[in-house]
Amino acid sequence: MTAPRLELRNVSHSFFGVPVNKDISLSVAPGEVLGLVGENGAGKSTLMNIVGGVLRNDQGQMYLDGELYAPSSPSEAGKNGIAHVHQELNLFAHLSVADNVFLTRYPRSLGIFTNKKKALAYTAEALELMKLPFSPSTKVENLSPGQRQMLEIAKAAISEPKLIILDEPTTSLTSRETKQLFGLIEEMTSRGVSFVYVSHILEDVKRLAHRVAIMRDGSLIAVRDEEDLQIGELITLMVGRNLDNRFPEREGAAGDEPVLTLDGVTATGLVDNVSMQITSGEVVGLFGLMGAGRTELARVIYGLEHIDAGSVILAGDDITKADPRERIGKGLSFVTEDRRGEGLLMDSSVDVNVSLPSLRRWASNLLAPIRRRALRRDVAAVTEDLRLKSADLDRLPVRSLSGGNQQKVVLAKWLVTQPKLLILDEPTRGVDVGAQYEVYRTALQLADAGTALLVISSELPELLGISDRILVMRQGRLVGDFYKSEFDARRILGAAFGETPTDSGKAV
Amino acid sequence: MTTVTAPPNGATKGEKPSRSAARVNMLRRFMAGEGFVAVLIVVYIVAVSPFASGMISERNAINVLSNLWPLAIIVVGQTFVLVLGGIDLSQAALINITNTFGALLLAKALNANTFTSTIFWGTMLGADGGPFATTGGGGVILAILIMVTIGALLGSLNGFAVAKFGMPPFMVTLGTLLLFNAISVWMTHSENVAALPPEYLQIGQGGFGGPFTYAMVIALVLAIAAHFVLSSTPFGRWLYASGINKKTAIISGVPYKRVLISAYTISAVFATIGGILYSTRLGAGRPTLGGDTLLLDVIGAAVIGGISLFGGKGSVLGAFLGAIFFVVLSNSLNLLNLPFTIVFIVKGLVIIAAALLDVARRRVLGGTP
Repeated sequence: MTAPRLELRNVSHSFFGVPVNKDISLSVAPGEVLGLVGENGAGKSTLMNIVGGVLRNDQGQMYLDGELYAPSSPSEAGKNGIAHVHQELNLFAHLSVADNVFLTRYPRSLGIFTNKKKALAYTAEALELMKLPFSPSTKVENLSPGQRQMLEIAKAAISEPKLIILDEPTTSLTSRETKQLFGLIEEMTSRGVSFVYVSHILEDVKRLAHRVAIMRDGSLIAVRDEEDLQIGELITLMVGRNLDNRFPEREGAAGDEPVLTLDGVTATGLVDNVSMQITSGEVVGLFGLMGAGRTELARVIYGLEHIDAGSVILAGDDITKADPRERIGKGLSFVTEDRRGEGLLMDSSVDVNVSLPSLRRWASNLLAPIRRRALRRDVAAVTEDLRLKSADLDRLPVRSLSGGNQQKVVLAKWLVTQPKLLILDEPTRGVDVGAQYEVYRTALQLADAGTALLVISSELPELLGISDRILVMRQGRLVGDFYKSEFDARRILGAAFGETPTDSGKAV
Repeated sequence: MTTVTAPPNGATKGEKPSRSAARVNMLRRFMAGEGFVAVLIVVYIVAVSPFASGMISERNAINVLSNLWPLAIIVVGQTFVLVLGGIDLSQAALINITNTFGALLLAKALNANTFTSTIFWGTMLGADGGPFATTGGGGVILAILIMVTIGALLGSLNGFAVAKFGMPPFMVTLGTLLLFNAISVWMTHSENVAALPPEYLQIGQGGFGGPFTYAMVIALVLAIAAHFVLSSTPFGRWLYASGINKKTAIISGVPYKRVLISAYTISAVFATIGGILYSTRLGAGRPTLGGDTLLLDVIGAAVIGGISLFGGKGSVLGAFLGAIFFVVLSNSLNLLNLPFTIVFIVKGLVIIAAALLDVARRRVLGGTP
C-alpha cells in the first residue's frame, strides 16, 4: 500500500495556553475526499490552518506522501502542493481574473517581464475546465459572490496541487454552481487529487466524502466511513458533551405581556419572513450556525438595517420605521457582538460611555449643561451593582479595562436606559469565566425585573443554561422553537443544521 | 488553586497609581494638548522678538490682536467639524459669498460703470446703492441676519451632502469651495463693494476703548459659547462620540446625521461672522476676501491647537491658542522683512510639522480609535 497523501501524527496547538487542537492523528489517501465536521469553535479551522501553513503546530508531525512536511508559511504549503481555499475570499477586486490567479507566480518571459498572454491563456483554460462563464480579463469586482468563490477554487485547482482544502466552499454558491463544483471535485479525485472538505452542510459532506472526521472541543472524536454514518448519528457525535454548572439560577419567571412582536419581517438577503413574540421577563436564546442570520435579525430589530416587509412592534408601539435613537427611547437596547468597534468609545472614560445613550436625562435640552454630579451618581450606582469598581470612572479610558469589565461597561450603559428589551449578541465572547457569571447574573436580574432578553450565542450550552426558550435560525429563517421543557441539545443543533424537526421540536 | 466565582471587584489596571506617576501622566497629557501650544507661543515670541524689530510694541500688539479675532472665530467654527472627523475647506469661499452679498445689501452708492452689467443691477442694486443703503442701524442688523442665514444654509448644504449621501467631506467642501468662490466673483464681476454705512464698519473698526474692540468681544463671546457647548452639553458629547466612533455613536442613539449637519452649519456661521469682521475692518465687501492662505491658516491653526484631523479630539481653548500662534507667526515673519516666498515656505513647514505633531500626540496619549 502506498503512503497516505497527508498524514497527521499527534498534532496539537494552543492559543495562549488554551488547547484548540488536542493530539490529532488523521490521514487522507490519494484521491480521497475527507469530510471534516464539528460545531463552531471545534477546532476545524485551526487544524486546517496548520496544514495550510498559516499556523505552526506545537506538537506532532505531518507527512506528505510519506515525507516530513512542516510548512512555515502558506506559500511554502503551496509549493508542497497544498492549496487552501479559505471561507473568506482572498481576491483583489480591482484586478482582473487572470491577475488574481497568477498574482504570486506570474508567467515570465526572459525571466523578468510578466507574460500577460500566457497568463490569459492558462486562465482561460482553467475557466473552461470549470465551465465558468467569464473571461480572464474580467475585473473581479464585476463577478457575483458565487463566481468569486468558484474563481478561488479555480485558483487552487490550476496550480495542480496534491491536496485541496475547501472551507465552507458552497455558502455563496447557487445550486447550479454547487453542482459544477461537485463535478470538478469528482473529476479531480479521479486524477488522484485529495480533498479535505469542511462544511456545516452535512448532506454535501455525506455526498462527497469517502470518510468523515468529526471534531469536538479541539479533539478528533471519530473518523467513520461515509456509508456507515447516518446524519443523525453524525450530529450526536458533534454535540455529545457535558454541560457544567456555569450559569446562575434565575428567580423570576417570564410574564405574558408581549414586549416584542415581529410579524413577517423580511430584509432581503439578511432575514426572511421572521415572525416571533417575546414576553416581559422572558429570556429567549437565538441559536444558529455562523451566517444563519442571527446578528442580522438583531440589527433589523434595532433599526440598523432596512426592513423590506413586515412589522416590528415594541410594547404596543409600531417601530418598523423608527431609527435607532427612537427605538432606544421606546425601550430597546443592544449589546453588540463587536464590543470595541460598536459597543464602546475605547479611549473615553466609563462615565462618558455609560452615559452616552441617556445624556438627555441629565440636561433639560441639547444645549443645556449636563448635571455632572447627578450623572456621576447614577453611573456609579449602576456600575457598583455590576461590581465594576473603578476609582477613575471619569478619567481612565475603558481600553485599560479587562474584556470582562469592558462588557460590564456596555451592560451598564443599557441598564441606565431601563430597557424593555435587551438584545445581547455573543455577550460572553472574550470574557473570562468570572465576569461571564456576572454578565449572566446581571442579565437575569434584569429579566426578573421584567425586561425581556434576546440572547444570541454560538455556544449552545450557554443558551441552554440561561434561556426560557430557544429559537433556531437557519439561512435567514426561523426553523425551530423550543421551550425549556423540550430543551435537547441534540435536536436544537439538528435544527440548526437543517434536520427536519421531529415530534416535540416544533417547526415554525 | 483556582476559583470560578466572580472576583470581588472588577479590578482595574492602575486603580491606585502612585501620586508622582499620576502627576507625570497629567503633565504628559497637558503637554500633548493645549499646554504645548501655550508654551510654544511664549518660547517663539521670546526667541524671535530680538530679531523682529518692533514686535513687542503696543502698536504691533494691537495689529496682532486685530488679526487674531476674526481668525480665531473661524478656527473655532472649524473645530466643530474637525472634532467630528470631517473637514470644511469651504469656509473661506463662504466668507467671500456672504461678505460680498452683505456689502451689496448695504452699499450707499455704486459706480454705474463697473456694476451695470452685474446680475443684481436694476433689481436689487442701483446707482444709489443696495436695498439697505438708507436704513441705518436697523438695516445693518437685518443685513447681518441675512448674511448669517445664507451662511447657515450653505453650511447645512455641505453637512447634508456628507450626512445624507455619505460623500467624503474633503471632496464635498472642495467642490463647494470652487462653487462659492465662483458665485462671489460672478456677483460683482470681481469688483470690491465700498461706500458701506458707518454703523456696519464700526463692527470691525470700533470698540470700547483701548484693546477692547467690538471684534474682541464678539470673538470671546462666541469662543466661550462654543467652549460651553462642546464641553458641557449633550450636543457636545454627541459631537465627540460621533468623531471617535461613528458606529458606537449610532448604536448608542446619537442622531449622527443631525449632529453632522449641525456641525457644518456652525462652521459656516462662524466663518460668516469672522468674514464680517474682516470685511468691516477693510471697509469693503470683497469677493476674494478669503483667499487660499486663509484656508491654510485655519487648518494649520486648528492642528497646531491640538485638534486632531482624525476626529474625536480637540478643544476650543486649543483652537484659540492655535490661532494665536498662527497670527504671531505671520506677524513675526512680516516684521523680519522676509520675502513673500520664504514666508510661505515657513508656513508650509509649520503645517507639515503640525500634522506630524498630530500623529505624535496620538502616540503619546496612547491608543488609536
